[in-house]
Amino acid sequence: MIASPLKMLFTEPLKLASGAVLSEYSLAFETYGNLNPQKTNAVLICHALNASHHVAGVYEDQAKSEGWWDNMVGPGKPVDTDHFFVIGVNNLGSCFGSTGPLSTNPATGKPYGADFPMVTVEDWVDSHVRLLDQLGIRQLAAVMGGSLGGMQAMCLSYRYPDRVRHAIVIAAAPNLSAQNIAFNEVARQAIMTDPDFYGGHFETKNTVPKNGLMVARMIGHITYISDDQMETKFGRGLSEKSEKSEDSSKPQTESVAGLKFSFEPEFQIESYLRYQGEKFSRYYDANTYLRVTKALDYFDPAAEHGGDLAKAFAPATAQFLVISFTTDWRFSPARSREIVKALLDDKKDVTYAEIDAPHGHDAFLLDNALYHRTVRAYFEHAVIASEATA
Amino acid sequence: MITRADFEAIAAWIPMGSRVLDLGCGDGSLLAYLKATRNVDGYGIENDGASIVRCIQTGVNVIQMNIESGMKEIADQSFDIVILSQTLQAMKRTESVVADMLRVGREAIVTFPNFGYWRHRVQIALGGHMPVSNDLPYQWFDTPNVHLCTIADFEAFCRDRKYRLLGRMVFNHERELTVLPNLLGTLALYRLMRDRAPT
Repeated sequence: MIASPLKMLFTEPLKLASGAVLSEYSLAFETYGNLNPQKTNAVLICHALNASHHVAGVYEDQAKSEGWWDNMVGPGKPVDTDHFFVIGVNNLGSCFGSTGPLSTNPATGKPYGADFPMVTVEDWVDSHVRLLDQLGIRQLAAVMGGSLGGMQAMCLSYRYPDRVRHAIVIAAAPNLSAQNIAFNEVARQAIMTDPDFYGGHFETKNTVPKNGLMVARMIGHITYISDDQMETKFGRGLSEKSEKSEDSSKPQTESVAGLKFSFEPEFQIESYLRYQGEKFSRYYDANTYLRVTKALDYFDPAAEHGGDLAKAFAPATAQFLVISFTTDWRFSPARSREIVKALLDDKKDVTYAEIDAPHGHDAFLLDNALYHRTVRAYFEHAVIASEATA
Repeated sequence: MITRADFEAIAAWIPMGSRVLDLGCGDGSLLAYLKATRNVDGYGIENDGASIVRCIQTGVNVIQMNIESGMKEIADQSFDIVILSQTLQAMKRTESVVADMLRVGREAIVTFPNFGYWRHRVQIALGGHMPVSNDLPYQWFDTPNVHLCTIADFEAFCRDRKYRLLGRMVFNHERELTVLPNLLGTLALYRLMRDRAPT
């Protein structure tokens, strides 16, 4: 499946939760499959922290450019684009195409950089709904997302109840725990204390806070993987460079257990994290990272209802599929069960599956037969069935 | 073995439009039947991933949960009727499961294979073996059934806990019995509630 990125410009100002206003903005998006004449088969996919509108397929002449959820979305896949019209949209504040810190601020003619406003999950959902308006889609068959994407799916269900029939909420949480916020704050501090950060105006100094971004990604990455999975994949293994002596004349100390007694990366997990961090720092914008982690921290639909999540969900009319993964410790099954409890208290239609997977939070992006069968069954039965009554 | 007759017997106790929770709902076929015949609104509870997929295909809401975990996500008295169909005997914490059923529901329907059925008694008394039959098809070493009971046992259990029995049906396979239920019955169905209905 060949994907082609599209862009839609919005000139009607968007008022953000912070009070700031974006006078105009554009959203990058992709679509797969065909919208049926009744316009009842549209599915919106919301992305998590570091992904984009490129959900599925590959770009022309770029064999290795698969979208981030290509195992889930496509012809014959669990979210089958032979039947559904799937929309991937890039969130505001991102660095992958929608208006964000790297975009030109119309007021100054220069990139926003640090002046780009804070954006929230609610702001994203508001902008997504405007995109649906432009595409002529009155009601989605489903909105679906994992992690932060799951938060957007939940938010759309109660903020725009008549715009969606099914919400598929995967590996999400009803808000961040203190521990979750703590990890985000350490990541932000890594970026903001990087000497190349310049208060977010690094662009004017022709540099990027590369080390800060790298450390931020390393911290994040630890929380995406389960302890067991890390043990299985890396254990205490030494990276190849460490195991083989590069210089046979080196002193005896290293030959005993292959240890180098240095601060160079020698355990495999160290090399892996550095590699992931380094890769990330080359393509991700620091100002975006700061804003996306704040959007996560701020999300708390129960807060304005005295902590009662059921009250937050009360307006929703969609049917829900909630999925968690047993080894996810970032957004554990207990957090998904809070969502399920609120929906049960509200007497909403909800199905909940707790998938036994070893991978931790990342499991939502990976191939898992039962997980994919569950999503496939839900789309083939519940979502398709709802088209008849749409 | 769950048959059409069991479904009909359970349905007879369920008022139209009830809010129903089916514990250990398997593929969701009982709930689908009750939706079709009694217009119930409800959820299945199941802890097996493949069964969750089948419930989705059947078109019923299902929550993955261990019914012996206390079902904390389900609010007190939030259902009209909670069903435990042919699963009681496989529970390890039988007592707290029945107590939880009556916590989350106003009424409970419990069905189980009657261990007091005469063929089972004969197999133990004369054959000297644990019973194996159509209703209890497992060998002692591979059975999921850890707490088998007889009709007399279950009634004593309810009496001791002051559960009020609202109804009983006993079947010998597909045929309803009126005489010698504990001797002739293969399957027992009970409808019960707490002695003092919570206000």
